[in-house]
Amino acid sequence: MKSDRFLDFAIRYGFLLLLVMLVFYFSVSASGFASPRSAAFILQSVAITGILALGVTCTLVVDGFDLSIGSVATSALMLSAYSMVILEHSAFVAVLLCIGMGALVGLINGLLIVKFRVPDLLATLGMMFLLIGLQRIPTQGNSISAGMRLPDGSNAEGTFSAAFLWLGRHRFDLFLEKLVPVPVVIFLLIAVGIWIFLGFTRHGRLMYAIGSNERAASLVGANVNRYKIVAYMISGVTASIGGILLAARLGRGDIASGNNLLLDSVAAALIGFAVLGAARPNAFGTAIGALFVGILLQGLTMMNAPYYTQDFVKGAILVAALVFTFYLSARQNAGGKSPTKT
Amino acid sequence: MRKNACKLRGISKSFGTNNVLCGIDLDLYSGEIVVLMGANGAGKSTLVKLICGYHNLDSGTMELDGQAYSPADPASAITAGVVTVHQSIDDGVIPDLDVATNLMLDHLTRPNASLWVRDRLLRKEAAIVAQSMGITTDVRTKVADLGVADRQMIAIARAMARSPNVLILDEPTSSLSATEADKLFILLDSLREKGVAILYISHRMSDIRRVADRIVCMRDGTISGLFDQQPLDYDNAVTAMLGHAMTDVNISPAPGVKPVLEIRDLKLTENSAPINLTAHDGEVIAIAGLLGSGKSRLAEILFGLHNAFAGTMHIDAKQYCPKSATEAVESGVHMSPKDRSSNAVISTFNITDNLSLPFLRSFTRLGLLSGSKQRHAADQMINQIGIVCQSAKDSINTLSGGNQQKVMIGRWLLEPCRLLLLDEPFQGVDIGARRDIGKHIRGSASGRATLVFVAEIDEALEIADRVIVLHESQIVGEHDNNNIDLNTLIAQVSGAMNSASTSATL
Repeated sequence: MKSDRFLDFAIRYGFLLLLVMLVFYFSVSASGFASPRSAAFILQSVAITGILALGVTCTLVVDGFDLSIGSVATSALMLSAYSMVILEHSAFVAVLLCIGMGALVGLINGLLIVKFRVPDLLATLGMMFLLIGLQRIPTQGNSISAGMRLPDGSNAEGTFSAAFLWLGRHRFDLFLEKLVPVPVVIFLLIAVGIWIFLGFTRHGRLMYAIGSNERAASLVGANVNRYKIVAYMISGVTASIGGILLAARLGRGDIASGNNLLLDSVAAALIGFAVLGAARPNAFGTAIGALFVGILLQGLTMMNAPYYTQDFVKGAILVAALVFTFYLSARQNAGGKSPTKT
Repeated sequence: MRKNACKLRGISKSFGTNNVLCGIDLDLYSGEIVVLMGANGAGKSTLVKLICGYHNLDSGTMELDGQAYSPADPASAITAGVVTVHQSIDDGVIPDLDVATNLMLDHLTRPNASLWVRDRLLRKEAAIVAQSMGITTDVRTKVADLGVADRQMIAIARAMARSPNVLILDEPTSSLSATEADKLFILLDSLREKGVAILYISHRMSDIRRVADRIVCMRDGTISGLFDQQPLDYDNAVTAMLGHAMTDVNISPAPGVKPVLEIRDLKLTENSAPINLTAHDGEVIAIAGLLGSGKSRLAEILFGLHNAFAGTMHIDAKQYCPKSATEAVESGVHMSPKDRSSNAVISTFNITDNLSLPFLRSFTRLGLLSGSKQRHAADQMINQIGIVCQSAKDSINTLSGGNQQKVMIGRWLLEPCRLLLLDEPFQGVDIGARRDIGKHIRGSASGRATLVFVAEIDEALEIADRVIVLHESQIVGEHDNNNIDLNTLIAQVSGAMNSASTSATL
């Protein structure tokens, strides 16, 4: 009985407890870790990954997977730069274009999966390759920056508008002057939005039902195909928002950035399975997962761990979280039929 | 002299405070089929899991051929010659491999098996096994392309390939048609002659009558009845299983007045005769027919999952031709599909969420789901239909089959409908739960027409005002549930009334 309660507690709160302990440990051993500025920095470092991870969470909920999010983000980065610098659009048009592109990619992913019956991993893998290639074609593989030389010999006239850069660089005042960056606010808004959508609306509930038993969901009258397409469209839109914020922070269409986005955000979403013992994709867990990685990396960096250990650390957390989720909750489920097993 | 192949003495097993089995004694003799009967929750499956090594005993002893037997895991049970065919078919076959490989899997996993797979030899050996089982499908067919019944036969054939001393079959006929079941029974007869001890678990009286040498009844974790005097006393066996006499369901069929559903000249297949049917308000009609008789097809057409070849449907005199399940539900047609685990249960959801799934829209407030509204409705339905659970927040997986089925049917009764379709509502459901469901369906029948699609005649007689028999996609009989001549009904269901040739090709 006692070990059962302990197991239950460990599954539920173990990961959050670990997070609190980490924060406490770094606060004591790394000077400057426990400050608002450092907290804002961590949030900023995870904001873009977190936004992408929230999108991938939606596809995981319907038992799908979106591998194209990283390349959608970098495509949005290049598209926004191209739109403003070369086509001389306003910030508003650039943002609209990018979000439209994300939605369109999501729609195509969804149609490939639903109508053409391509398995999700393969469809989105194909889309990933396609986009990685496509974003290089208009600029012949070059990065885009204001005043760059165009193929016809002239110089680009357009610039990144101030309004656009505001998205990536402005900081709101909160107790301290210029503390909270815009991407963090957007991340939190999207997190709350998706949390409510998945957890508290009938659409979210039906999406979970589809993820668990697609046939049963369709037999209660849910439009399975439409929900799946919507999931991929949400994923595409959030990924393009991530790309816009990245472009606004960098201030140029950098062809090489965003390489790690896919793996980092997928890791965050999977770590999220372990939070509160959910054992399924969920928005709150995903946000915590992203934060967990951010805190650990920031703490280790402040304790002078070299940068090249970062991926190793992320991988280790991911494996630990997955064991946590699947092994422990499987044990709990085995005991579930006999809750008082001693 | 009968040889005691498997001897259980004083078997007890409890999960925490819940004593599932208390002091079970059971003997299985070689060359004998013992039927184990018991309502859901009686402890049948726990007993099976103990014998085949999934669980450990708390106390008691098991012996095989006089040798002490305590399997550490299912694999060692198989090595000892105890082979189990579980109820869930897909545990028994690997869908992506062909029939031959499936039949020969155990040969491939033998420690002394050769490294190379010789397909030709494999197919030859498999063909021999298949033939001895009466399986006629080409052994090169992928199992995924086969029907449920064929898969079940292959799962059983695989068990045979291990040449067991003790064979346990857990509701093996639940997805077989009568002719397929007959094949299985013939096979069981030959195994009995070979001296295999067989433990056969079933709810179906027709199966039990056919195969039983001895009946053992379980109730509340104890043996409540042992019947080995020929002829076997089936009525008392049911009484021992239920703890009370099987009270006959009294149905006074009420002739319907107001037609709700009218089906005109509906053709299920291109060449079948058209179906005409009128279902009235408050009427419960059983569509009886074997697997493959077209009854599921008819249910699916009514629910918008398939198109009919020809014909029209009207509900309340309005044209009705749904293109999807969504449209059907919107027109007031609800369907509880057959085979709940793959078609209905959301295994990661709790009881409340499973119940409220079709009508989430009515549980929202300002676009957000209202937990209290859902729980209220769930608690009400749990009381009404008698779902046995700790609370509405229990995971659906903690419920027994009968209670899960109550949830699956209850979800469609949350909102009123014009036409309720129940496809095999008693599949894998014990008699107690079956009575509860039947009572509730009849009790709530007014205000809608109800069609119940069943393969078992006694299930049809238990619930319906009117029984319509379907065979090869056409209506071959129609009876008011009032002193029906059982022999005629059985003949119609099995197709013997049409012509000898059709029943042979079944």
